[in-house]
Amino acid sequence: MDVSARFLLGDMVEGSALVLDEPLSLWGGLDPTTGAIVDRLHPQVGAVVTDRVLVLPAGRGSSSSSSVLAESIRIGTAPRALVLTETDQVLLVGALVAAELYDRLCAVVVVDPDHGIRDGDSVELTSGDDR
Amino acid sequence: MTITLSDRDRARLAGEEGEALALAMRLLVAVGEATGADRFIDVSGAHIDSCLYHGDAGLDFAEHLARDGVSVSVPTTLNVASLDLLHPEIFRGDDRLAERGRRLMEAYVALGCAPTWTCAPYQLPDRPGFGEHVAWAESNAIVFANSVLGARTDRYGDFIDISAALTGRVPESGLHRDEERLATVVIRLDGVHDGLLDADVLFPVLGFVVGRIATTAVPAVVGLPSSVSEDRLKALGAAAASSGGVGLVHVVGVTPEAPDLDAATGGRKPVEVTIGMDELRRGRDALSSSLDGSLTAVSVGTPHASADELRRLVRLLDGRTPTAPLYVNTGRDVLETVPDVADALQATGVTIVTDTCTYITPILERHDGIVLTDSAKWAYYAPANLGVEVAFGSIEDCVESAVTGSLVRDDSVWT
Repeated sequence: MDVSARFLLGDMVEGSALVLDEPLSLWGGLDPTTGAIVDRLHPQVGAVVTDRVLVLPAGRGSSSSSSVLAESIRIGTAPRALVLTETDQVLLVGALVAAELYDRLCAVVVVDPDHGIRDGDSVELTSGDDR
Repeated sequence: MTITLSDRDRARLAGEEGEALALAMRLLVAVGEATGADRFIDVSGAHIDSCLYHGDAGLDFAEHLARDGVSVSVPTTLNVASLDLLHPEIFRGDDRLAERGRRLMEAYVALGCAPTWTCAPYQLPDRPGFGEHVAWAESNAIVFANSVLGARTDRYGDFIDISAALTGRVPESGLHRDEERLATVVIRLDGVHDGLLDADVLFPVLGFVVGRIATTAVPAVVGLPSSVSEDRLKALGAAAASSGGVGLVHVVGVTPEAPDLDAATGGRKPVEVTIGMDELRRGRDALSSSLDGSLTAVSVGTPHASADELRRLVRLLDGRTPTAPLYVNTGRDVLETVPDVADALQATGVTIVTDTCTYITPILERHDGIVLTDSAKWAYYAPANLGVEVAFGSIEDCVESAVTGSLVRDDSVWT
C-alpha cells in the first residue's frame, strides 16, 4: 500500500485496519478492559479495537484519553497501532507512557486524510515510507 | 525536525535532575516534535486531569514520579478525582477502586499540586489572565481558559499535564500560537427564536452542535446576544469539547479575542455553516438516549456548578423537597464561599457532590430507569461510563422532575 506515513512512535505498522467513520474520544468511548467501543453515538459502537490497526479521522473530547489508551496497552486490549489523519498529542502521550512504563509498543503514525485505507484492509506501513 | 531547548531543558532531559524530570522532558519533547514546535516556553500554572483513576497505568505513572521526590515548579490545581473526600459516605464503588483512587489522589498531592479537586479551575480566585500561558488539561477547562479568559493553553491530556507542571515548560505549539487561535469555521445562527436565545438550555445544545461541526477546528459563533454569562459560556464550551475536540471557541461580540468576526478570523474567510431551530432541535434530541421510563435520578452541575448556579438551584427549588434523588456537583472552594446556600440545599434533601462528579465514579443509587441532566457533557458521557439511560433537559426541567419524581420537559422554547 502506497501511503505516506509520519511515524510519531514506532517504525512499523502491520495488521488489519479498523477504519472509524467518525472521531472517537477513547475516554467514554473505549472500554479498556474489553477493547470495545462503547460511545453510544458512535456509528461503530460495539466494534473491538484490540490488535487492529485503528484508523481515526481525528481525536476528540477528553483529556483522559491518554490514560485510557495507556491502560488498554497495559492490559493488552489496545490496537496494535493508531493511524491518525492529524497529530493528536493526547493519544501520542498515552502510547509513549505505556512504552516507557511497560515496554509495550502501540505505534502512532500520521497519514494524509485521503489515505484510502478501507476497513478490513491489510495494512503495512514502515518509517521508510516517510517522505 | 529539531526543537530548541534551553540549557536547563537539556540538563533535565539528560537526567541531571532525576528520572522523573527526565521522563517529563522526554514526553514534552516528543509532543513538541510531533506538533512542529520550534522552541519551549514557560507556563505560569497548570491544571492536572491525571488525578482521576482510569486503571493502574495512571497510578503506576504518578507513583513513579512521586517516588523521585519531585514537586511541581508552578502553581498547579487538581481536577475531579474518584472520591468525594468531603462526603465519603456517598461513594458506592468497591474497595479496590476506593483504594486505587485515593492512592492516585495522594500521589498528586505529594507532587505538590493543590487539592482543589474541581473540573472548573476557572471558578477559583486565582485564574489566569488574558494572554497568560498555562498548561491545562480537562477539556472543558481548556476551552474556557482559551475562549473566555483569553489565556493560552494547548489541548493537553493526562501525563503531559504533570510533565508541564513539574518543568514549568511546554512546547510552543497549538493554541499557544497566535495563528492557531484564529477561527477556521464560522457558525452562524439564523432564525433562532428570541426565547431560546435567552434560555440557559440553548448553550449546552449549541455547544454540542458546534463541536460536531468543528471537530478539532477553531469555530467562531455568530448571532448570540452581546452579553452571555460565564456560566452559559462554560456550558457551551464543555459541550463543544465533548462532541468535538474544540479547545477554543470564539463567540463573536462576547469573548475577548472576538470583538468582531474579522478579529476572530484574522480577516480570512473561512467556511461558513448556518444553523437554525432544526439543527438545534436535532441536537437536543440526540442528547437524550431515552425519554420513556421512570426517573431514577437527576444530576446537575457538570462542569462543577458555580456559586450563581447553586443559588439558582435553591431559588428554583423554592423550599420544595425532591422526591427523586437530586445531585449537584460543585467544587469544594465554591461551596465554601456560599455556606448558606449549601445549608439550604442540604435542608431540602439535595445531595451535594464535591471533588468528583456523578458520571465518573459510582455515586448514583440506581442505574435503571432514566437519569435527567441539564449538562450536554454529562448526557454525552454518562451512558457509556455508567450504563444509564439519560434524558437531557433545562435546569428548570431538572428541578421540576426531581420535585415531582417523574420526567418533566417544557418544550415551549423549542417550538
